[in-house]
Amino acid sequence: MVWFKRKKAPVAPVEKKTVQMPEGVWTKCKNCQEIIYAKEIERNLNVCPKCDYHFRVSARERIDLVLDEGSFVEMDAAVRSVDFLDFKDSKKYKDRIKAAVKKAGDGDAVICGSGLLDGLPVMVAVFDFSFMGGSMGSVVGEKITRAIEKGLEAKAPVIIFSSSGGARMQESILSLMQMAKTSAALAKLKAAGIPFVSVLTDPTTGGVTASFAMLGDINMAEPRALIGFAGPRVIEQTIRQTLPEGFQRSEYLLEHGMVDMIVPRQEMKARLSQVLRIFTKS
Amino acid sequence: MKQFLDFEKPLADLQAKISELKDFSTERVDFTGDIKKLEKKADKLRKDIFSNLSRWQRTQLARHADRPYTLDYVDHIFTDWFEVHGDRNFRDDPALVCGFARFDGQPCCVIGHQKGRNTKQKVHRNFGMPNPEGYRKALRVMQMAEQFGLPIFTFVDTPGAFPGIGAEERGQAEAIARNLREMAMLKVPVIVTVTGEGGSGGALAIAVGNRVMMMEHSVYAVISPEGCAAILWSDGAKGPQAAEALKLTAPDVDSLDCVIDDVIPEPLGGAHCDHKAAAATLKSYLKKHLDELMAMTADELIEQRYDRFRKMTRISE
Ligand SMILES: [Zn+2]
Repeated sequence: MVWFKRKKAPVAPVEKKTVQMPEGVWTKCKNCQEIIYAKEIERNLNVCPKCDYHFRVSARERIDLVLDEGSFVEMDAAVRSVDFLDFKDSKKYKDRIKAAVKKAGDGDAVICGSGLLDGLPVMVAVFDFSFMGGSMGSVVGEKITRAIEKGLEAKAPVIIFSSSGGARMQESILSLMQMAKTSAALAKLKAAGIPFVSVLTDPTTGGVTASFAMLGDINMAEPRALIGFAGPRVIEQTIRQTLPEGFQRSEYLLEHGMVDMIVPRQEMKARLSQVLRIFTKS
Repeated sequence: MKQFLDFEKPLADLQAKISELKDFSTERVDFTGDIKKLEKKADKLRKDIFSNLSRWQRTQLARHADRPYTLDYVDHIFTDWFEVHGDRNFRDDPALVCGFARFDGQPCCVIGHQKGRNTKQKVHRNFGMPNPEGYRKALRVMQMAEQFGLPIFTFVDTPGAFPGIGAEERGQAEAIARNLREMAMLKVPVIVTVTGEGGSGGALAIAVGNRVMMMEHSVYAVISPEGCAAILWSDGAKGPQAAEALKLTAPDVDSLDCVIDDVIPEPLGGAHCDHKAAAATLKSYLKKHLDELMAMTADELIEQRYDRFRKMTRISE
């Protein structure tokens, strides 16, 4: 009894402190539960300085992390999703789009453009998970296809940073077709001998994994990212078993031969540069 | 009709009555008049039911336990069929059947999802849900068809690719993705028919075709109504509402004007009422498209297939 009390005591004050945290100044790490000065995490490229947990970053932050300063030229920024099925669940798709655009300040779940990576011209497509869970509808599929086709035209390597729950249900069959459309564009890129690097970040599942995200000449993953076809909950419900520890995490995919390498965020730019320079013989 | 859905029940009852009367008819007792009357009534009822199907009812028809499956269509449409097995890496996947046959004498390749009828078969076929090795087998066989210059017919009928631990371990996503990419470059005609359930990526992985058609009572969507309901309505039982929202029926998909080329009419009451008639109609559509595609060069086929999927976009800019 005595040592049960003693063990419990030091924990309580910490919990109290979290409740009183002024918002935005301190962040609790989802992985190690440590309370960390938010600025410190930011300075560390949104990676927990205590446990190396990789927080999700916005598409714009990601672009800043990998492209040479000021080199990014955005394409197709004005393209918007259309509610062509009049899809309505608890909310109209129309309203969901409007709210997401307002919140994100961007047109949809992916940002595409050209830029320089250590001086090497590249095409990039970067997902923003905060925009409707990074889901892929017509706009995402179209922007990615255009980016690939632009890479084909300019003979520039293509890099896609994925972070997506999969296809966007509100566009039903047409969102499914984006998987075929983007993969077909990659077939042309491959035939032309232009490199494609897929970077899988937390989380990448469903129709995005089952199309371009798994088709990299090189598949890279950030540490501990959730990557899979079916979501863990769906699998658990289907097979009625609990899932093994670490299931569908980057390290698990590496072990099973689905990704080539795990690259911490701090090393991402250097690694991309190294890989692309080998393949482009530059 | 061996099994019937709720909304088929009144029709089934009526038909039972008709066959009962037929059985009782002898030379001395003549029910011809009554039978004719009842048959007329049944025809009208059938028309009423089938002209007012909800999207959920159509989904149920697409999943009907008596619906023709790939191997039934093989029986009715093709000759000289032989099945081939295995992905040469892991195992054979009975949920996806692959083989070669003749179509009106023309040597060809046939690929399709396969469901089972009784419990034992259903388990053997994994309810038509392939594992990665199924998709890899399909790709191996499609590339073999390309090697020998044979047109490919695929038949889509799956709730989806199997969501299991082994499937994830062996790269379900990679297997599907690779098929999408490789099918885009096939040098031979690919003709796709959604015969029952076109369930998401697991369906699309054998559906990148020069022509894509849907049977009248088939469905094709990015997610099952139940799966969609579980996520967006937080209630898997809201499948009927989700089916309405997903607009997943053949006429719905056809109205988008870019995803499918034809809706293939089924015998009144659905393909399950008359496998032979359903297959005969399907065959005439396959023939029409095959004739058109056989006149094209390899480059033209690749280009046409690419453009077909390239146009599938609804955006504003
Ligand atoms: Zn941490």
